[in-house]
Amino acid sequence: MELHELTVHELQELLAGGKTSSEEIVKSLLARIDAVEGEVKSFITLTGEQALDKARRVDAKGNYQGIAGIPMGLKDNICTRGIKTTCGSRMLADFVPPYESTVSSRLDQHDSILMGKLNMDEFAMGSSTENSAFFPTRNPWDLTKVPGGSSGGSAAAVAAGQIPFSLGSDTGGSIRQPAAYCGVVGMKPTYGRVSRWGVVAYASSLDQVGVLSKDVRDNAMIMQIIAGHDPLDSNCVSLAVPDYTAGLDGSVKGMRIAYPREYFGAGVDESIRVLIMQALKKYEELGAIVEEVSLPHSEYALPAYYLVGPAEASANLACFDGVRFGYRDQTAENVVDMFSLTRAHGFGDEVKRRIMLGTYALSSGYYDAYYLKALKVRRLIAEDFAKVFNDYDIIAAPTTPTTAFALGEQSGDLLTIYMNDILTVPVNMAGLPGMSIPCGFAGGLPVGMQIIGKAFDEATIYKAAYAFEQNTDFHTIKPQLGVK
Amino acid sequence: MSTGYEVVVGLEVHAELKTQTKIFCSCSTAFGAEPNRQTCPICSGFPGMLPVLNRHVVELAIRAGLALNCEIPPMCKFDRKNYFYPDLPHGYQVSQFDFPVCKRGYVDIDVKGQKKRVGVTRAHMEEDAGKLVHQGDITTTPFSLVDLNRSGMPLLEIVSEPDMRSAQEARAYLEKLRSMLLFAGVSDCKMQEGSLRCDANVSVRPFGQQEYGTRCEIKNLNSFRALERAIEYEAKRHMEALEDGIEIIQETRTWDEEKQVTRSMRSKEEAHDYRYFPEPDLPPLFISREWVDEVRAALPEMPEQAQQRLAEVYGLPDYDAAFLTLTPETLDFFDRCMQDYPDAKTISNWMMGEFSRLLNQNNLEIGDSRLTPDHLVQMLRLVDDGTISGKMAKTVFEEMFNSGQKPQEVIKEKGLVQISDADTLQPLIEDIVKANPKVVEDYKSGKGKAMGFFVGQIMKATKGQANPALVNELLKKTLDDI
Amino acid sequence: MALTIKEVEHVAQLARLNLTEEEKIKFTEQLSSILNYADTLKAIPTEGIEPLTHILPINNVFREDQPGPSMDREEILANAPLAEDYQYKVPKIM
Repeated sequence: MELHELTVHELQELLAGGKTSSEEIVKSLLARIDAVEGEVKSFITLTGEQALDKARRVDAKGNYQGIAGIPMGLKDNICTRGIKTTCGSRMLADFVPPYESTVSSRLDQHDSILMGKLNMDEFAMGSSTENSAFFPTRNPWDLTKVPGGSSGGSAAAVAAGQIPFSLGSDTGGSIRQPAAYCGVVGMKPTYGRVSRWGVVAYASSLDQVGVLSKDVRDNAMIMQIIAGHDPLDSNCVSLAVPDYTAGLDGSVKGMRIAYPREYFGAGVDESIRVLIMQALKKYEELGAIVEEVSLPHSEYALPAYYLVGPAEASANLACFDGVRFGYRDQTAENVVDMFSLTRAHGFGDEVKRRIMLGTYALSSGYYDAYYLKALKVRRLIAEDFAKVFNDYDIIAAPTTPTTAFALGEQSGDLLTIYMNDILTVPVNMAGLPGMSIPCGFAGGLPVGMQIIGKAFDEATIYKAAYAFEQNTDFHTIKPQLGVK
Repeated sequence: MSTGYEVVVGLEVHAELKTQTKIFCSCSTAFGAEPNRQTCPICSGFPGMLPVLNRHVVELAIRAGLALNCEIPPMCKFDRKNYFYPDLPHGYQVSQFDFPVCKRGYVDIDVKGQKKRVGVTRAHMEEDAGKLVHQGDITTTPFSLVDLNRSGMPLLEIVSEPDMRSAQEARAYLEKLRSMLLFAGVSDCKMQEGSLRCDANVSVRPFGQQEYGTRCEIKNLNSFRALERAIEYEAKRHMEALEDGIEIIQETRTWDEEKQVTRSMRSKEEAHDYRYFPEPDLPPLFISREWVDEVRAALPEMPEQAQQRLAEVYGLPDYDAAFLTLTPETLDFFDRCMQDYPDAKTISNWMMGEFSRLLNQNNLEIGDSRLTPDHLVQMLRLVDDGTISGKMAKTVFEEMFNSGQKPQEVIKEKGLVQISDADTLQPLIEDIVKANPKVVEDYKSGKGKAMGFFVGQIMKATKGQANPALVNELLKKTLDDI
Repeated sequence: MALTIKEVEHVAQLARLNLTEEEKIKFTEQLSSILNYADTLKAIPTEGIEPLTHILPINNVFREDQPGPSMDREEILANAPLAEDYQYKVPKIM
C-alpha cells in the first residue's frame, strides 16, 4: 500500500517502527496531491514547503508520540496564523490572521503537520461546496458529482487520499453530509465539546468543529486531542474528555439503538433506506437492541434552522464591513456606501440571502413570529431527543436523503438544496453529537449512516461506530481516483 | 413665556466601570494610550474571536446597583444590539436588553431644600465602542480615523425614570448619582475624560396632562452646566413650538456648546431597528443571593450615610456635611484629620475655605494635592500652641500646599514663627508709641481707631509675626502707663 | 409569506447590502419561498414553551480582571485596507 492510502494509526505504526519518516509521508502526500488535485480541487491554499520544514523538524526530534509527524488539512474557516484564511469568500481572499485557532494550535502542539487549507462553501453556507467563491470541489468517487458541503474540501481530500485526516465545521450537517457523500467518517461533537475560538463563526449556537477521517479509530484519536475546555470560548465546557479509543473493542452487546421513523420517509431514497435497515440488522446480529422510535418534530427542524442560523449569521457577518480587514470597496465616497458596496461585492448570493433572511427574522414586527418561534421549536426538537435518550444509547439513521448529486444539478433550486440537510440539522438544533460512517453504496456512490448520541457521550458513538465498521468492509473501499 | 407647561426629564448616564481590563478581553483600560495600543483581535472584531466576561465588571455593576438602591434579579443575560458604524467593530454592541443586572432603584436629591426621590428604572452592563476622529467637523471632514482603544471598555448604563421636572433637578440628580458612584468606588466619573457621560431625554406637556409629550434625546453634554443649559434650551424650544402649533419631531439632537443651542442630528438614515437577540457566545448570569449579600456587606459608606455620621458624631451642619461628602477623597481627608484632631468644624472650615480655593485655582483634585491630613493637623496644633498666629496660618497653609513641606519646615524656612516674646516686642511697641504722639492723644481721648493703628504698625514692623494677643496686652499697658 | 420588493430593499438597507435592481427581484422571489417554508412553523403550538436561547446548562463563565498583552498595533493594522497614524481610515460619515 502507498503511504497516502494509510490511516493515521497505520502511519503511526510505521513511524514508531522506524519504517518511514514524516518527511517521506509528506512527500508521498504532496505527490498524491499533485496527481489528483487537478481533478478534485480540495485545496484553497497548499502549504507544501512549510509542511516539509515541519516534517524535518519532527523527524529530527525523533519522538513520534501520538500524531507527531502525521499530516492533515484544515477547513479554510479555521484561522491559521500567518497563513491565508479565506472562508471560501472574496471578502477574505487575502486575509492572513494574526492569530491561531485553538483547535489548530492543539494539533500543532502535538506536532501534526498542516498540508493546507481546504475548500468550503462560502462562510460555511451551503451543502455542496459550489458556493465557494473560488471553485467547486469534486467528489473523488465521481468527478461529476459534488463532495457535499460546506466542508467539501475536508471530506474530498481525505477520500482522495490527499491527507489522512482533516478538520471541518458543522452547523447543519457540514461535516456529516460531505462525509456521507465522500465515504469517509465525519464526526460533529456535542455543542461545547470543542473550542470555537479562532473558527470564523457562521451560527454561534450551532457551529462545532469536528474531524473527518478514513476510519473510526483515527477519528476518535483526533477528537481526543482537539476536545476539551478552552478559557477563550465561554461555551466550551470544562467537562473532562474521556478516552475515546478506550471503548473501541468492537462490542455493542446490549446497546440500545433507536431509529426514528421520521428519518425514513419518502424523501429519503429507497436505496439509502435499505442500506440503513441492513446496517441496523447488522447491529442486531452483533447483540444490540434495535427499536423504532418517533422524533415527532423532526420535519420542523429545517425551517427552524433556516431562521436561527441566518439570524445569528446576520450578526456574525456584520464585522465584514471593510474597515479593519478583508476586502474594501474603493469607489465609495462615504462610509455607508463603503459598507454596502463592500458587502455587495465581497459576499456571494447564498451569504447575502442568509444575511437578509436573518435580518428579517430579527427585525421589528417579525422577531416573535420568526426568530422567537424558531427558538421555541428548537426546544421541542431538543426535548424529542431527550425523551428518546431516556431509553436508548444511540440513534441510528441515514445521514442524507440522497447520494451525492451532480455539480450544477441543484443550482437555483434553493429549497431542494436546503433539503440535503434535513436529516442532519436536527442534531445541531439539539446540540448533540453526531457522526456519519460509510455503510454501503448506491449507484456506485457512498452512503453514510448517521449515529447520534447523548450530549457529551461521543464515547458511545465511537464504540457503536467502531463495532459496525470492524464488522463490515466499507471503510476499506477507496475511490478509483488517479488510477490511469 | 412658559407656565401652563411642565418639563419632563429623564437621564441616561453611562459610567465607565473602573476595572483593569476590558469587559470581554484582557486589554488594559488605562486612560491616555496612543491610538490602537490597547486593542486585540477580540475587541477589534476580527473573525473567529469570542468574548469572555470579566467577573469584576459584574461585581462593580452589582455594587453600583446596590448603591443606587436597586434590586439585583437572580438572572441576567447579554444581548446583541445590531447596527453598523465604523467605531463598532462587530457590527453589533454586546449589551443587556430585557434582563438587565439592576432594576428599580432610586436616587434622593435635594434642590434648594426641596427633597425628591428620582427613580432609577434600570442599570445594565455593556461594552463601549471605539472612537472616531474627524478632521474638523463630522459633517465636513473627507475622512475619519478609527481608534479602538475604547472599544470593549466596560460601561454601566443607568436609566432614570422621567421623574425630573427642571434642569436644576436634573443637575442635582447627576451630581448625586456621580457622587454615589464615586463613593461606591465603581467609576472615576470624570466627565472630561469620558468616564461619565450623560444624555438627556426632554419633553414638555401641559400641566395636568397624564400623557407625555414628544421627547427628544440630547447628546454631547460634557458638563453639569451644559446639562442644565441644554435642558432649559430644549424645554423652551418645545414650549415655543407647542405655542405656535408646530409639531415636535421625536429625534436625537446634539448640544452645541459654542452656540448654546441644540441641533438636530437627523441624517437621511432611518431610525435604528436594533434587532436585539440573546448573545449566544455568553452563557446567562445567575446572581446568587449570597453573592449579592457579599457585595452589599463590602459596600463602602455612601454619601448619605456619611453625612448622617458627620452630623451625629461631629455635630457638623448640613452645608459642611454636604461639602465633605462630595467625593470619597474629600471625606477620607476629613476622616484622617479627625483621627488626630478634635475640632471637626475647624478642619471643615479649612477644607471648605483655603484648601478648596487653592485646589480650584490650581485645577487639582484633592487626591493630587501634596498637602496631607497630617500637615493640616500639625499646622493647627502650631496655631493652638501659639507658635504661629491664626493669620500666619493662611500663609503657612498655602506654602505647604505649594511645596508639600511640613508646617515646621515652612515656618523655619520662611521665618514665620510667631513672636510671643515680650522682651522682643516691648521695645518695638515703645518705639512706635514714641513716634506717634498724636495717635497717643487720640487714644487718650477715647478714639477706638488709635489702638488699631498701633497694632497695625506693630504687625507691619514684625511682618505680621507678632502674637496679636500679646501685642494688645503690652500695647495697652504701655499706653496706659503714659 | 410573500415579501415585497420594498421589504427586501428595507432589509438590504438594514444589512448594508447594496443590491442591483435584478438582484432585488431575484432575492424577493427566493426569500419569499424560504419564508413560505419557514411559515410551516406556524402550525406548531408553542404556548408556554420557553425559547431555547442557550443550549448548554452552564452559566457564570468568567475571566479574572488580569491585564494581558494587547496585540502590537502594527500587527493588528497589517490587515487594514487603509490606515493612517495607526488608525483605521474610512471615508466620510455623512
